[in-house]
Amino acid sequence: MMTPGLEHILFISFALFFIGIYGFFTRRNLITMLMSIELILNSVNLNFIAFNKYVWPDKMDGLFFTLFVIAIAAAEAAVAIAIIINLYRTHRSIDVENTEDMKF
Amino acid sequence: MNQTIQIALIPLLPLAGFVLLSFFGKKYFGKNSGLIGTAFLLASFILSLFTAYKYFSASVDGHYSSAIALKYTWLVFSDKLSIDMGLYLDSISMMMIVVVTLVSLMVHIYSLGYMKGEERFSAYYANLGLFTFSMLGLVLSSNIFQIYFFWELVGVSSYLLIGFYYDKPSAVAASKKAFIVTRFADLGFLIGILILSYSAGSLDFNTMIHNLTSPESSELKTAVSTTFLSVSAVTWGGLLVFMGGAGKSAMFPLHIWLPDAMEGPTPVSALIHAATMVVAGVYLVARLFPIFSLTTPIVLEVVSWVGAVSAIIAAIIACTQTDIKRVLAYSTMSQIGFMMFALGVSKYGGEAGLGFTASMFHLFTHALFKALLFLGAGAVIHYVHSNEIKDMGGLRKSMPITHITFLIACLAIAGFPFLAGFFSKEEILLAAYHNSPAIYWIALFTSALTAFYMFRLYFSIFWNKEHTTHEKHHGEGPFVMMLPLIILAVGAIFAGYIPFGKYVSADGAPLASHFKISFSILPVALGLSGIAIAWIMYKKQNGLSDKVAASFNGFYKTAYNKFYIDEIYLFITKKIIFNLIGKPAAWFDKNIVDGIMNFTGNTTEWVSEKIKIVQSGKVQQYAIYFLVAAVVIAAAFIYILK
Repeated sequence: MMTPGLEHILFISFALFFIGIYGFFTRRNLITMLMSIELILNSVNLNFIAFNKYVWPDKMDGLFFTLFVIAIAAAEAAVAIAIIINLYRTHRSIDVENTEDMKF
Repeated sequence: MNQTIQIALIPLLPLAGFVLLSFFGKKYFGKNSGLIGTAFLLASFILSLFTAYKYFSASVDGHYSSAIALKYTWLVFSDKLSIDMGLYLDSISMMMIVVVTLVSLMVHIYSLGYMKGEERFSAYYANLGLFTFSMLGLVLSSNIFQIYFFWELVGVSSYLLIGFYYDKPSAVAASKKAFIVTRFADLGFLIGILILSYSAGSLDFNTMIHNLTSPESSELKTAVSTTFLSVSAVTWGGLLVFMGGAGKSAMFPLHIWLPDAMEGPTPVSALIHAATMVVAGVYLVARLFPIFSLTTPIVLEVVSWVGAVSAIIAAIIACTQTDIKRVLAYSTMSQIGFMMFALGVSKYGGEAGLGFTASMFHLFTHALFKALLFLGAGAVIHYVHSNEIKDMGGLRKSMPITHITFLIACLAIAGFPFLAGFFSKEEILLAAYHNSPAIYWIALFTSALTAFYMFRLYFSIFWNKEHTTHEKHHGEGPFVMMLPLIILAVGAIFAGYIPFGKYVSADGAPLASHFKISFSILPVALGLSGIAIAWIMYKKQNGLSDKVAASFNGFYKTAYNKFYIDEIYLFITKKIIFNLIGKPAAWFDKNIVDGIMNFTGNTTEWVSEKIKIVQSGKVQQYAIYFLVAAVVIAAAFIYILK
């Protein structure tokens, strides 16, 4: 049985990242956009883990960074969902087009 | 009672009176405020008499040494330099506390009658208490920074009292003028303090005098060898300190505030602008006298000439003024000029130190008879409701006590034999005669003029025309106004018999009286002739005074207009300082300083106006900007910076 190498994991992370980017730019629903951002963040996490395991296996920096990113992603999700709920209250919709009146 | 506490209470009691009356005076005490203030002052006066008596009765072979009764370190800057609050006892500070508390007590009592019914009666007494506290603190200061503190405090209380009638525009203007002119002089004083204390390495009087006078001290060598414009640092320090003293003591050319200060209530003029605060400059010079006379004789030369010029100019102006308080104000300035040049011509110690003793003696006697003159003038003003000479005349029958006491004071100031002013003035003239003949002749002429203008005033008020307009609508004044006049008149008669040289001299050693009949003949003769001329011109209403004025036409007008010194000041400030410095500075402020500020503001506004369209509200657009920028930066890192 073949063990996955660094390239395989990087490929998955790469794919995940661009799926996230694609989703962020094409979707109009804010919840979906938030999910896309989570995909991007997790692709980055995957990168950190992979590099930590394959390049510097005796260090833990990548692991710690990943833990930080997860924590911050949780906070960010909480803030984003609060914004979305408020948007829903005022506009009765969570379409991203509705935010266009928040400009200069 | 502990002696330190007892001395500390002398200034603290008036302070307590001030605090009590300013917080609770109007609400709780009302008409009794005056009695409360007077009671505090009476206690302080008794304590200071007691202290001075104890000090002067404890001499060692007739020598009086100085002592520091209390020393409280307030601010410490380095192991050598600290600001202390202390009580300094020596013969001049002991003399001053007696003078200050005595005159202040007289003024407190007098004001019970004079200020009766004033709406701000309690505020008046509170301010008097503040002034007395500051003045006592000033004379008891043990270091030069403490003296500066109290110096400013007396300035403030003088400002408050000149502007007591603050609904009168002229009083407001006068109080501002007094404050600004003395503040300007105090700027020089502060710089002088910094220079002197820096050169001496100490703010303390004893250390400072020791370091700047003993020939072997290293501080003195540095201070003398450091020069600016070829004048040594210690001389600059002395000159600038004297500038402060000249401002407070209304010496030429910083005297312009004193005549205007007469806008205040008359008892205030008696206390502050005749007897106590205006002699603070003399006191300061006397306090630093060892430095001036041993290290910087140039400063003493300046002191003596400033004093002599002030004395004669003020005497000439006094002959022409028609407001009785202004005549007295110029007379005060002239007499302080006497004290100044007496210090200026004096040497340190021994027989040549006569000028120092004479100056302090004159300060003492002058305080008594000038306060008396002002209080008498206050009684006259109270009676006729006017300051102008032309509204008075023939008052001798309706105001007998005022008349007699005023006459005594006039004789005393004119140097009439065997009254107080005679002895002190003779000593000053003698000191001047031995050390500076030019100043002696100026002084002689000035003292003849003094006799003339004082009796011009006296005859114009009490003789001249018979008064008809004033019916017996009210009497001369209540008992509380007459009592101080009588007490001060007794002082003005007998104060000259105090053997002053025994108690006060530059080096603490006793000095024998220098009274000589042969020397006194000339000044007394001149004084009597001054009185005689005033008799001829003003006793009866005749055209003589106008004729004399007309024959001196141009000079008379110049003197009447105070030698146009006020106009010169106005010219310098309005035309030169405002136009040449103020206007360019204002232009610079408006165009350059504001210009820079407005430019940054306008630029920011313009730029943000241009770039605000970037904030479109489209979230995904922002994300694209972000992505593109991230890619560009990443590319730059990868391909360019490597």
